[in-house]
Amino acid sequence: MELVKDVPCPFCGTLCDDIIVKVEDNEIIGTINACRIGHSKFMDHKSATRYTKPLIRKNGSLVEVDMDEAIDKTAEILANSKRPLLFGWSSTECEAMGIGVNLAEELKGVIDNTATVCHGPSLLAVQDTGYPVSTLGEVKNRADVVIYWGCNPFHAHPRHIGRHVFSRGFFRNRGRSDRTVIVVDPRKSDTAKLADIHLQVDSGRDYELLDALRSVMNGHEIPYETVAGIPRDTIYQAVDILGKAQFGILFFGMGITMTAGKNRNIDAGICTIQELNQFAKYTLIPMRGHYNVNGFNQVCTWQTGYPFCVDFATGYPRYNPGESGSNDLLQNKEADSMMVVGSDPGAHFPQKALERMAEIPVIAIEPHRTPTTELADIIIPPAFVGVETEGTAYRMDSIPIRMKKLVETDLLSDKEIMEKILERTKEFIASK
Amino acid sequence: MEYIIKNGNVFDPANNINGEKIDICISNGKIVEAVKDSAKVIDASNKIVMPGGVDLHTHIAGGKVNLGRLLRPEDSKDFYESKVGNKRSGSGFSVPSTFMTGYQYARMGYTTAMEAAMPPIMAKHTHEEFLDTPLLDKGAYDLLGNNWFVMEYLKEGNLDECAAFVAWLIRVTKGYAIKIVNPGGTEAWGWGGNVQGINDPVPYFDITGAEIIKGLGKVNEMIGLPHSIHLHCNDLGQPGNYETTLKSFDLLKNIEANPKYGERDTSLHATHVQFHSYGGTSWRDFESEAPAIADYVNKNDHIVIDVGQVTLDETTTMTADGPMEYDLHKLTGFKWANVDIELETGSGVVPFIYSPKSPVSGVQWAIGMELFLLTNDVNKVVLTTDHPNAGPFIRYPTVIAWLLSNKYRTDLIENSLHPWVQKKTSVATIDREYSLYEIAQTTRSAAAKVLGLSETKGHLGVGADADIAIYSFDPETQDPSTEYHAIEEAFARAKYVFKDGEIIVKDGEVVKPEGYGRTFWIDSQYDSELENKVVEDVKIKFKKYYSINFDSYRVHDEYIRKSSPIKLS
Repeated sequence: MELVKDVPCPFCGTLCDDIIVKVEDNEIIGTINACRIGHSKFMDHKSATRYTKPLIRKNGSLVEVDMDEAIDKTAEILANSKRPLLFGWSSTECEAMGIGVNLAEELKGVIDNTATVCHGPSLLAVQDTGYPVSTLGEVKNRADVVIYWGCNPFHAHPRHIGRHVFSRGFFRNRGRSDRTVIVVDPRKSDTAKLADIHLQVDSGRDYELLDALRSVMNGHEIPYETVAGIPRDTIYQAVDILGKAQFGILFFGMGITMTAGKNRNIDAGICTIQELNQFAKYTLIPMRGHYNVNGFNQVCTWQTGYPFCVDFATGYPRYNPGESGSNDLLQNKEADSMMVVGSDPGAHFPQKALERMAEIPVIAIEPHRTPTTELADIIIPPAFVGVETEGTAYRMDSIPIRMKKLVETDLLSDKEIMEKILERTKEFIASK
Repeated sequence: MEYIIKNGNVFDPANNINGEKIDICISNGKIVEAVKDSAKVIDASNKIVMPGGVDLHTHIAGGKVNLGRLLRPEDSKDFYESKVGNKRSGSGFSVPSTFMTGYQYARMGYTTAMEAAMPPIMAKHTHEEFLDTPLLDKGAYDLLGNNWFVMEYLKEGNLDECAAFVAWLIRVTKGYAIKIVNPGGTEAWGWGGNVQGINDPVPYFDITGAEIIKGLGKVNEMIGLPHSIHLHCNDLGQPGNYETTLKSFDLLKNIEANPKYGERDTSLHATHVQFHSYGGTSWRDFESEAPAIADYVNKNDHIVIDVGQVTLDETTTMTADGPMEYDLHKLTGFKWANVDIELETGSGVVPFIYSPKSPVSGVQWAIGMELFLLTNDVNKVVLTTDHPNAGPFIRYPTVIAWLLSNKYRTDLIENSLHPWVQKKTSVATIDREYSLYEIAQTTRSAAAKVLGLSETKGHLGVGADADIAIYSFDPETQDPSTEYHAIEEAFARAKYVFKDGEIIVKDGEVVKPEGYGRTFWIDSQYDSELENKVVEDVKIKFKKYYSINFDSYRVHDEYIRKSSPIKLS
């Protein structure tokens, strides 16, 4: 048995890179340090529902085909579409994404990633108001006030708290007891149970609470008994703690990005952090979900100038979320074909978008059987990034990490598949 | 493919060629003595021939550059390029996307550009963007002026350990030089503070900016890096900061240049000095102290500066000087992005508008011009706009035209700029005009020399890389002093650009977009035994205080397309 050390985990945006993986005869037989979800990622990469051969739906059922046929058919569908949508990307590595952007450009199509249904509103808010962030090591070494707002890392990013908040840092050598943890969540989540202060905000009323905090911070009084379900005195107490901090950090998740107000909530959150800098050092970090959702936003931005929802219909990159987002294109019945890479919209998109997906040709570059592959007309199974192939991923705080290859596989990587599709698509377009 | 460039007016200061008609022979990507008769002839008659431009301070790749793009879709909306053939599309006025960056530099005849700020922990990001930046040769400077290890070694006087650490860090991150930004100030910004001047101790680390600058200046020469330390002084952009600037310059005065590669003979490169040449005590009595700075540069031989010329545009400021960006946000109310980076550095991004009508912007423009025009020896002053901080690099042709034409400057001062320009600076009284020879110095030979790349870059002698720009302007019949719009246009869209002996630009358009240039990086080891000891120490602290594993720190070979390591023996 070989112990492979310092392995980054291809699950969540915390991108823990201290996993030890036990490998024997080209099989992963166990892990050390990983959380339960991360462990299952490593162990289940070869699960019963893993595809190993390309499939094409013929007369209603999936039939095994060779790779050339699958690539050929994919390229043909995309090249013959008027408004192809290339979606997903968040669970693959950056080079594959880069080729994806090139493919979208070649097709005059639209490229978008899963941020559209998670931190997309955060990206819009960043463009409105700014983005004062820090890396996770800064939190570990300096933070004495930690706020989790609308997120539940205890379950969604299981090692986040342990690695960066409860651990000892350079200026916080007692770890947990050197920090005040505030959780804002309508539920008594398991993360909230760990908090020093739990602000149990009324569901969907985060904006009001942020507004109240900002008012108090800026010297105003609250004329109401409660705001958003929180007693006035609790808000005063919270502001008092925030103001006395040396280094504060706001982690926020989909409980605030995807509830009423969306990007306006985040606008207010960012402004709160910016204003808190008059009292102490404050930064924020969005709790990104997929391990490389941030990577797509990075690659897409450096290649096109925009982080997601990029429309190449005119031959140059245009950006108009609300018109060029995946759900806009699907629900408006604009998209006439869709390629999904490294994500599962079948499980996460609204019904109306799925209805459109059922109407149009869908190509899934996907290792496992998922709700998306149930809707797919072509399935191309890639090697699993971080287990069977290498590549780059960006952590939630934008630190790039090199994913490792642990076991051999015959499957092509996402990057190789994308290269083949791009090449074949160019031939189809040239022949038209 | 072989070429011969005939009948051009060649400006090659490194070889003392000043507009003479000399044929340039190209073979196998290099400039050679002679070529076969079958070589393709490029007729450069009535044209300027110069080496490819060298930008030694620009922000084109990496975390904060990309944050600038992300932050400002408004910067991209009306400024874009379409896909044409193999040429990729892109967008961005002040922070162009990667492909566009390569094409835009190439169109102006620039073939080398150095990313001036790379946080070591995010080095992979910079190199990943380099992978998508076509045509240019490039390299990146490691940010070290607020690094915890560096501060601790210097505090304890362990220069050898510090040198071993720095050489190791530059090697594993595939960096090119030591960059120092607001030494101590960015660490203080970890707590929301800053340091004032060079003698203000850093919180906890109890070391001053002066000690960091001087220490790293020594370390640089102990390792023998091709480039000198690359210093962004303390107090950037603050009225009255010129005193800090002069004191910082003086710290390196008695340190001997000792490059193990290249021909550098200076121990300090001070960058975007325009932002550091301010007099007065507030924005009300703000004035130029550029003459004092230029005077220092004229009298001392250990220093080269670059200017950071304000171009009077709406742009995006981005720097590892975190506290400065926060101040700018408070001053303007514009949106503010910031990235604090564990144990190493920080950064900020804020949009900014240098309006010609604004008194301060006008004075900043004038200070840049004064630095150019009052420095006697152009080998000591390199043209930059600190892209995109004082303006986007696509404005270089305009800056060149300002330097060549007093009339162009006077028109601007008289008709467009705020009266403060004449009240608070001496720019209107300076009638010096650069010659084309001096333009070739400030944009080519001086930059190549101080980078330590003058063997292959910044000149047209035999053995140089065949990076060549040909501009449609006839110095024999046309006068840049009066025909400044013609020279501006000529430098904006080169007639021909050669990169490694291939034509990449013709008539101002990129004709060969698929090529990629080299990445220069320094492959050195100060002392292998000491390095092992230092790295063991680093590993222990890494586990405790970094949030990534030691193994995740290095930049793998996969992140470099065309590796050009400079080995120091």
